[in-house]
Amino acid sequence: MYSRAYKTLVSLPPLVWVGLFLLLPYALMFAHSFWAVREGMVVHEWNLQNFKTLYSNPVYLAVLFRTMRIAASVTIFSLLLGYPLAYYLSFHAGARKELLYQLVIVPLWVSYLVRGYAWKTILGSEGILNGFLQYVHLTHEPVAFLLYSPFAVVLMLTHIYTPFVFLPIYASLEHIPRPLVEASQDLGAGSAQTFFRVILPLSIPGLLAGATFAFVLSLGDFLAPLLVGGASGTMIANVVQSLFGAAFDWPLGAAIAVCILIITISLLFLSERVEKRWSFK
Amino acid sequence: MSSSAANSLNETSAAPGALLEAREVVKHFGKIQVLKGVSLNIASGEFLTLLGESGSGKTTLLRLVAGFEQPTAGEIWMGGERLDTLPPHKRRVNTVFQHYALFPHLSVRENVAYGLRVKKTAAREIGGRVDEALRLVKMQDFAASRPAKLSGGQQQRVALARALVNRPQLLLLDEPLSALDANLRKQMQGELKALQREIGITFLFVTHDQEEAMALSDRIALLRDGALEQVASPREIYKHPATAYTAQFIGQTNLLRGEIHRSIVTCGVLRWPVENEDGPAIFSLRPEAIRICADGKRQTNEVKFRGAVRQQIYSGASELLEVDCGSSQLLRVRLTACGPLTGESEFVFSLADAIRVKE
Repeated sequence: MYSRAYKTLVSLPPLVWVGLFLLLPYALMFAHSFWAVREGMVVHEWNLQNFKTLYSNPVYLAVLFRTMRIAASVTIFSLLLGYPLAYYLSFHAGARKELLYQLVIVPLWVSYLVRGYAWKTILGSEGILNGFLQYVHLTHEPVAFLLYSPFAVVLMLTHIYTPFVFLPIYASLEHIPRPLVEASQDLGAGSAQTFFRVILPLSIPGLLAGATFAFVLSLGDFLAPLLVGGASGTMIANVVQSLFGAAFDWPLGAAIAVCILIITISLLFLSERVEKRWSFK
Repeated sequence: MSSSAANSLNETSAAPGALLEAREVVKHFGKIQVLKGVSLNIASGEFLTLLGESGSGKTTLLRLVAGFEQPTAGEIWMGGERLDTLPPHKRRVNTVFQHYALFPHLSVRENVAYGLRVKKTAAREIGGRVDEALRLVKMQDFAASRPAKLSGGQQQRVALARALVNRPQLLLLDEPLSALDANLRKQMQGELKALQREIGITFLFVTHDQEEAMALSDRIALLRDGALEQVASPREIYKHPATAYTAQFIGQTNLLRGEIHRSIVTCGVLRWPVENEDGPAIFSLRPEAIRICADGKRQTNEVKFRGAVRQQIYSGASELLEVDCGSSQLLRVRLTACGPLTGESEFVFSLADAIRVKE
């Protein structure tokens, strides 16, 4: 048994850390969302005006919905790429498994910004992709929608978050006891039936964790829209950034942040509930 | 006696009633040869046990029949149909796995119904057959439970029902009782044997436990390093082991290594007449074949020797003695109701019980 003093000593630093850098900022943000700005100063008058503005101003809601649409697209595309990849690696890659796994992980070591600029180079009107399209005479003028569009944001975020989706799915597939797959075949199920009746249901916790990663991380992203989004690809985090920056309306920015936080926490809560329902340990 | 044992070694003749036929099956894993040309027939309705130590290839042979592995060479036939070229889901064979492999996300009922569902059996028929299978293994009260809530023995029964509900021609059992504790294992052995008699399905059973093999099987196929050592009924394999390995693996025995010269075999201090040619020879003499010679007289077909009891292990119904019969030659003797023994005694065994075995 450890002494009481020892336990306190060990648990104090993380508690201070969490309190100082997590709970305190959240409390400040929460408070700000109920305050107001008058003559360029934040005044501590408690009111619901910020939330009313959000609700009544169609611009904010439009950006919020677009953000959710982009996050949902990123989630779907990351799953469509990440799941088959994880399935192949776990069940059919054989001796190449380790190598392929490393290849999936390597992009995670590359800076987010570098990858963003890479997409700029690829998608721009003078970019590699447009150059190629014109070279093979598929188009005579640069294709404009490639860069500075929601499409570009979805593309970049999918590229960045696919490994995050891949990892938990791969882990849950690796945890499926192989005799279960053999038992399914033994009982007369072909590959497709075995996949839909055994492998897919047992990988749902990983699938949900991956989807939650992709959606939540995309929901709060502001660099991808900044780099490749343009005006039509602006997301809610960019709005928050400008409200805290140039517009100097911290209370309204905080109100939006609180809304995103509520959406995120509800999603995490929901996904954990469903995950629990589908784990059988 | 030894010639009949040799005849039963590696039975290869195609029995007319054979359900399953393995022909010269070879399996390599990389450079390791796990099966070295195994030929084996299993008759319809038979309970055949593949017995062997770990690494002997018994599980590999079972997995080849199930279709989880492909033979490197050789063929497997079932009911006049080539089996080894079919994928596992097309074989009329079902498996009970060592650790049951029940689907954790499905209830007991859904687990048992799985095979019928994937084969698109009519829903009405599924209900009846699942109930019947659950009744057969006495698990009808647990139909709605998840596997994780069941004990090992209960999971075992569900695994059995899940396989049997498909009415396979051949049921494969991969050490199904090894994960159970001793008492439950004994009980399940009895139930398994009764079940096999009741439904009349052919069982191919894998185990490393020779007692289990003896208790359950119609025939035992003893594997050693990827080759069949002997295939025979439990009585035959016990009474007439073909090799020294078989004699030692199945039950306890005394292996007497000796020399035959002019129709007399000499094993240490023991000598007796034989009809074999001159040369070295090994004989297996079961401990229970030796008894105390109370009146000091021996029949013409018996061998008598004096020995000092070195050790006596009492185990209720019988006791095992370690007898030193001179020149530090130790023999194990199993006696019933002999009481405590000390000093030297006279022992005797019948010539017919000294079974000549190959190396």
